[in-house]
Amino acid sequence: MLGGSAILSALVFALLLVALFRRGVADRKTPERKRVWIGWLGLGMPIAVLMVLLAFALSVGERNLPTGPAARTIDVRAYNYGWEFCDEDGRCSEGMLRIPAGQPVDLDITSSDVIHSLWIPRLAGKMDAIPGQVNRLRIEASVPGTYEAVCAEYCGIGHANHRFVVEAYDIGESVAAGGTAP
Amino acid sequence: MKAIRLHRDLTRIWGNEPGWRGVFSSVSHTDLGKRFVVAAAVFFGIGGVLAMLIRAQLATPESAFAGPEVYGQIFTMHGSIMMFLFAIPMLEGLAIYLLPKILGARDLAYPRLTALGWWCYLFGGTIMILALLGGVAPDAGWFLYPPLSGKEYTPGVNSDVWLLGITFVEISAMCAAIEIVVTILKFRAANMGLTRMPIMAWYLLATAGMMVFGFPPLILGSILLEVERAFGWPFFQPEFGGSPLLWQHLFWLFGHPEVYIIFLPAAGALSTIIPVMARTPLIGYGAIVTAVMALAFLSFGLWVHHMFTTGIPHMALGFFSAASVLVAIPTAVQIFAWIGTIWAGRPKFTLPMYYILGFFVVFVLGGLTGVMLAIVPFDQQAHDTAFVTAHLHYVLVGGFVFPMLAAAYYWMPHATGRTRVMRLGIAAFWLIFIGFNLTFLHMHLTGLLGMPRRVYTYPAEAGWTWLNLISSIGSFMQAFGFGLFAIDIALQRRIGNHARRDPWDAETLEWAMPIPPTQYNFASLPTVDSREPLTRDRKIGAGLAAGKGLLGRAIDKRRETLAVDMVTGAPEHVAILPGPSLLPLFTAMVIGGFFLSMLLSLYWLTPLFVVGTAIMVWRWAGTTGTTRDPGPIDVGAGVMLPTSFAVGGSVGYWGSVLASAANGTLFASLVFGYFFLWVVAPNWPPPGEYGAYLLEPLLITAAAALALLGARMGQYDFGQASVGSALAAIGLALAIGGLLWAALHHLPGPTEHAFAAVGWVLTSYAIFSAAVGLLTQCFVRRRIASGHANAAWPHEFRIAAVWSDYGAGVTIVVAWLLALSGDAL
Repeated sequence: MLGGSAILSALVFALLLVALFRRGVADRKTPERKRVWIGWLGLGMPIAVLMVLLAFALSVGERNLPTGPAARTIDVRAYNYGWEFCDEDGRCSEGMLRIPAGQPVDLDITSSDVIHSLWIPRLAGKMDAIPGQVNRLRIEASVPGTYEAVCAEYCGIGHANHRFVVEAYDIGESVAAGGTAP
Repeated sequence: MKAIRLHRDLTRIWGNEPGWRGVFSSVSHTDLGKRFVVAAAVFFGIGGVLAMLIRAQLATPESAFAGPEVYGQIFTMHGSIMMFLFAIPMLEGLAIYLLPKILGARDLAYPRLTALGWWCYLFGGTIMILALLGGVAPDAGWFLYPPLSGKEYTPGVNSDVWLLGITFVEISAMCAAIEIVVTILKFRAANMGLTRMPIMAWYLLATAGMMVFGFPPLILGSILLEVERAFGWPFFQPEFGGSPLLWQHLFWLFGHPEVYIIFLPAAGALSTIIPVMARTPLIGYGAIVTAVMALAFLSFGLWVHHMFTTGIPHMALGFFSAASVLVAIPTAVQIFAWIGTIWAGRPKFTLPMYYILGFFVVFVLGGLTGVMLAIVPFDQQAHDTAFVTAHLHYVLVGGFVFPMLAAAYYWMPHATGRTRVMRLGIAAFWLIFIGFNLTFLHMHLTGLLGMPRRVYTYPAEAGWTWLNLISSIGSFMQAFGFGLFAIDIALQRRIGNHARRDPWDAETLEWAMPIPPTQYNFASLPTVDSREPLTRDRKIGAGLAAGKGLLGRAIDKRRETLAVDMVTGAPEHVAILPGPSLLPLFTAMVIGGFFLSMLLSLYWLTPLFVVGTAIMVWRWAGTTGTTRDPGPIDVGAGVMLPTSFAVGGSVGYWGSVLASAANGTLFASLVFGYFFLWVVAPNWPPPGEYGAYLLEPLLITAAAALALLGARMGQYDFGQASVGSALAAIGLALAIGGLLWAALHHLPGPTEHAFAAVGWVLTSYAIFSAAVGLLTQCFVRRRIASGHANAAWPHEFRIAAVWSDYGAGVTIVVAWLLALSGDAL
């Protein structure tokens, strides 16, 4: 999209520059060149570009949707100012989300007070945490490591520091160490 | 000599009252338009200072400059002021000042309503600024999402200031919207058919039309949230069947059209100025008009792109994504029409042209990032980050501020009669242009690197320090630029050389008058035969000043202007406009009392102000009309036309129709909210027994039918009119009683569940609408008795029917909506 935008803005600015320094006729009688300016540049070009872009966007969006079962589902509750994560067995933790690397995980996100938004920039897009509603977001960390996460919806005075971390652990190592996945 | 005598007589008729009284009673569109523009510029300055505070805070990580509480107020007020107290009033001011002048009329359709709008804007804006100075300004973001803005999480008065202050200001937006539409459709030069209108009129028509339908959802949302905060009716609380998402839908249903409401008048200024500077006609007038109408229509179908991360299903998002992308097409049509016009002509490098080129660079970049954000997966990453902050500033500063700066320099000679003094304007341009890009260009990157919006601080290790520091430096450069611009404008006003009439060799009628303009605009009104009347005849202004056009005479104290057929522009009647009045000021004060009593929680006082407002409106309506119609009058050139008292389709009638359209949009938004909660919100259906009754709605329908019938009786035989309006009033009174009875017997208490809360709001709204209808019928009955309305002048009678029919219609819909809920569904 960046490349496309750069080409389009370069085109517009180049046309504008030529238009400025070209000596027009200014006699108020010249026939309008409507077909070129309105027809091709104003209508034709954007329609062509946008159709391609939309088709691409829809397919990417569909691909991002969860397909197939997740390895696990975690309930996420956002509140002023913290994050609580509970797994299927009812074990809960705060401020740190542990997930297995290389496996799809579903987050069922809600809030117990105001609206928040869960954002782990390197793992997925945002999903709002809205009281009275559960939104599902699928994430998957392809490599083990820690990932920073922030609240993206303004939630009051603690918003700037309303953060948590995601720790993606290697399933093999975790089992070898004799522990069970937390 | 005739010109001088005419000037003296018309000044006597159209001038303000002398002294201070004249300041408060002025209804002149020239004065009020200038006041709107100046006040909006002052609010822009205040909003700009807040922006400087934001940049000062964010210049370094972990800054100790402002704490989160103060910072919350600063960014909330920056957004709210720029949107509601700067952008909207600025475009209103431009329209109020220019419209009659470019259309060839002497004033707007409702001069006193213009004044009411001005006072409401001034008072509402003052409330907001006082709250800011008092440290109790709104602090939940300019979008005021509940539950954060609700009573539980914002117990102070902060959110109330926003809800009440902004709604107060929106009264002026609604007044302006109706006035602009009616003025464009009715008050034009003779023979100015729709296709001969200056392009600016088309833009303003689209803008005002959007305001008529765009603002009511916001006004409704504000009423609901204020009622929730004040009385605990749970519209947005999920534990009682409400939904916080309802607010987001109502807010963005307004909020996205709002962007185009701001952009279109600025684009209209560009379409006006570019051809003048390029010395050639605009390319593709018809295509641009079509594009503008398409934009106005499409902009109502893409509000959900502000809600891509709220968990709405992906296919639904796809629809709104496509609609969001499509708006790029009518915008592209305009951009290329402008470039094509410059291409065809030989551009003059005047000061407005600098700002126009600034517009092209900034707005095109903003438009392209806008297309990116319309793409769902991209938006889910970029949403609520500094990327969006950068994008919206590119669009709004590029699409509104730069064109307005060009417009300021273009129309300054018109308003002041002076030309600019020094080359300060060019220095200001470079400071603003470079400063702007230095602030916002790399802010896209800051956002993509993960910096969220609305954070008061960020850790040093996040890596955004340099980016933020550069933004802060750029923003201060911009501030110097705007300061220089203000100085330049002040100098031009004070010491600029006197400009000759029509200094730009322009094409539109506002330049066919002496500058600075007189209070009556044109000594006689023009007749046009093309879209560019000045190109055809550069001397047209001199002839008009000598009284060679229409209505070029002065009779008594009568303020006359020409009203035309909406489509063809053929002269239709002579509109007689009201003169100076203190009623608008006093009415605005009573309305202000209503808002203050709500703000200070003095709820026992509120009903007094509601009654007071009704009394003021009654008195206001009572000062219109006449019992002595002069009959058809000679407008010049041997044409005899009736006056506005004697026609059915007067501006009063069309204004009432438009007000009902806006009102109907508010009602439709409320019904949408009712069904939205029913389908989407948790904890539905409500517990207990409700709904499923037939007798009450049948009786209410019968009463409303009586009102509809009564309002019609006089239309066929005016002898029946008085009896008919009595019947209509009785029908509406019975309907009100029926609605109250049904609500008391079938609805639970409004604080128990969102269903009951919405039910009570529906009932209250229907009672209010019926009461307005009832009052208009009582009013018109008195007017028949006093001789103001009779068979020859049925005008007030027709207006009353619009209001009472609306009230009757609403009561029927509400009665059935509530009766058929519950077990009946």
